[in-house]
Amino acid sequence: MAEALRSSDGERQPNPFIRFLWRRLAVGVVLAVVVSVVIFAATDLLPGDAAQAILGKTATPEAVEALRVQLGLDRPAVQRYGEWLGGIAQGDLGDSLSTRGPVTEAISGRVVNSLILAGLAALIMIPLSLAIGAYAGTRPGRPGDLVASGTSLVFIAVPEFVTAAFLILILAIGADLLPPVSIVAPGTSPLATPAILVLPVLTLLLASLAHNVRMVRAGVIETMHSPYVQMARLNGLSEREVVFRHGLRNALPPAVQVIALNLQWLIGGIVIVEFVFQYPGVGQLLTQAVALRDIPLVQALAILIAVLYIVINIVTDLLVVLLVPRLRTAGAS
Amino acid sequence: MSRARRAWRAFPPPARVGLVGLVAIVLVAILGPLFAPYPPATSVGPPFAPPSAEFLLGTDNIGQDVLSRVLSGGASVLILAGLATLLAYAIGIPLGLFAGYNRGLAGGIVMRGVDVLLAIPALLLLLVLATGAGAGATILVVGIALVHVPQITRIVRAATLQTTGRAFIEAAEARGDSTARILGVEILPNISGPLLADVGVRFTGSVLLVAAVNFLGLGVQPPAVDWALMISENRSGISIQPWAVVAPAALLAALAVAVNSVADGIARIYGRSSASGEEAPA
Repeated sequence: MAEALRSSDGERQPNPFIRFLWRRLAVGVVLAVVVSVVIFAATDLLPGDAAQAILGKTATPEAVEALRVQLGLDRPAVQRYGEWLGGIAQGDLGDSLSTRGPVTEAISGRVVNSLILAGLAALIMIPLSLAIGAYAGTRPGRPGDLVASGTSLVFIAVPEFVTAAFLILILAIGADLLPPVSIVAPGTSPLATPAILVLPVLTLLLASLAHNVRMVRAGVIETMHSPYVQMARLNGLSEREVVFRHGLRNALPPAVQVIALNLQWLIGGIVIVEFVFQYPGVGQLLTQAVALRDIPLVQALAILIAVLYIVINIVTDLLVVLLVPRLRTAGAS
Repeated sequence: MSRARRAWRAFPPPARVGLVGLVAIVLVAILGPLFAPYPPATSVGPPFAPPSAEFLLGTDNIGQDVLSRVLSGGASVLILAGLATLLAYAIGIPLGLFAGYNRGLAGGIVMRGVDVLLAIPALLLLLVLATGAGAGATILVVGIALVHVPQITRIVRAATLQTTGRAFIEAAEARGDSTARILGVEILPNISGPLLADVGVRFTGSVLLVAAVNFLGLGVQPPAVDWALMISENRSGISIQPWAVVAPAALLAALAVAVNSVADGIARIYGRSSASGEEAPA
């Protein structure tokens, strides 16, 4: 409000939505830069030197010192951070300590693999959770709802690697239907052997689906009790029309936020799931890099994942504003 | 006693079942080691031996007794999750009180720091810290505490903001009480409701994160015995000796469901409708 008043001194008024978009983007960029500082500091400044970690405890002080110089660790942290950030801007993420090759090379194929996994999970999860959530939410307390809500309670609670272990036992070892691990030969696409994708996607799906169903259900129950839905009923609309035209439409904005939370959760879940199934994606690489204390590789993967996280946040905010007309015209401040 | 009974009555039925289950699991974790037939971290037989009279749940990847390890492996997740949650409150409460009471630049800086922490996925923060400091229990506890700090700070700040305008605070200010005294003696007791509603959710989150990082092999290190670590260690033998995975996995699943439903119950008692709906785990 205050801002709208201030900018009315003869200049042309930008569309409030566009202004919101710019402001949100600017905050995102600042956030990304600050997060990059945190990531750099956490991997680089804490006690425990990369050179010492690479050479092990038995290394002579001279050898450690030599490697520190070679890795550039003897220079001030601020200078190294500047170079690192400059490198990122030019698409150069440095060299991996474990593969000795450029980080970009180690990452590129794996990004595609992870996107395939996350994309498939999201593609199934979003419509399915809306459908099940709406189904359960329009008949609270009835048997169909109790089954959906009860099952989702269990899958929300149980860690995904425990779910994965039981899925492997039942579907891969017991029934021998699917491969227990999802190893992909280097240079080939996981899409060439779809069977290996089933268990990882299923594991991701069970946890995130449960969470979404619960939230969509709560949203639908709330809107179905709202005055305008009662009004629509009194106007003699069919229950079907009431649910689809009025109930679901208004339950959507909160559902978008939940789905976004889940996309962010997928980022964490994918690290675990890729590790469980030995699937060659970004998450598995990150786990390996942390275990080997391959600092340049961890930094690159971390900034990649963090930026993705921030982008999902921004897109969600924009979607919610677009879905709620009231926010759209109010400039969403 | 009557207070405990009232709390029990206020608990929804699933939370009561969860509480009973949680008490049972905690007892197993504490008393289990006393009943372990073998030392839990010593090879006593061939690797991946199936269950037998000698080894009731078989042996694991390096010939350690699975039953003894299951009985000994519950304490670490409970202790680490408990410590992380306590540390989170120890950091988050003062920060939140400060940011709620000081509405100037300093309070603003605290809240911007909170925004930054919120922008980093939990598991990623833990992995980045493990890279810098080396995998281990200490950095795991500190990292999980940092994951919770933003939410706790926000809750405390919001509650503090609602309290600061009230008459007894103004009276304390007029008396010339120190800021620390006002925050600790006047405000803190009055914001315990929203804080307590949230405790179960925080602890549940801690349990899941401890388990996840231990499973990835980046938390507690062998010879430490831990349910999540056991699942990870024995994955390769899951087709020969499934019990080495099933036993710790079942207990971890039971623990997760129990703490989750208790968290729900606690949140309901302190007046919030849903606990686990608030944020996605990990």
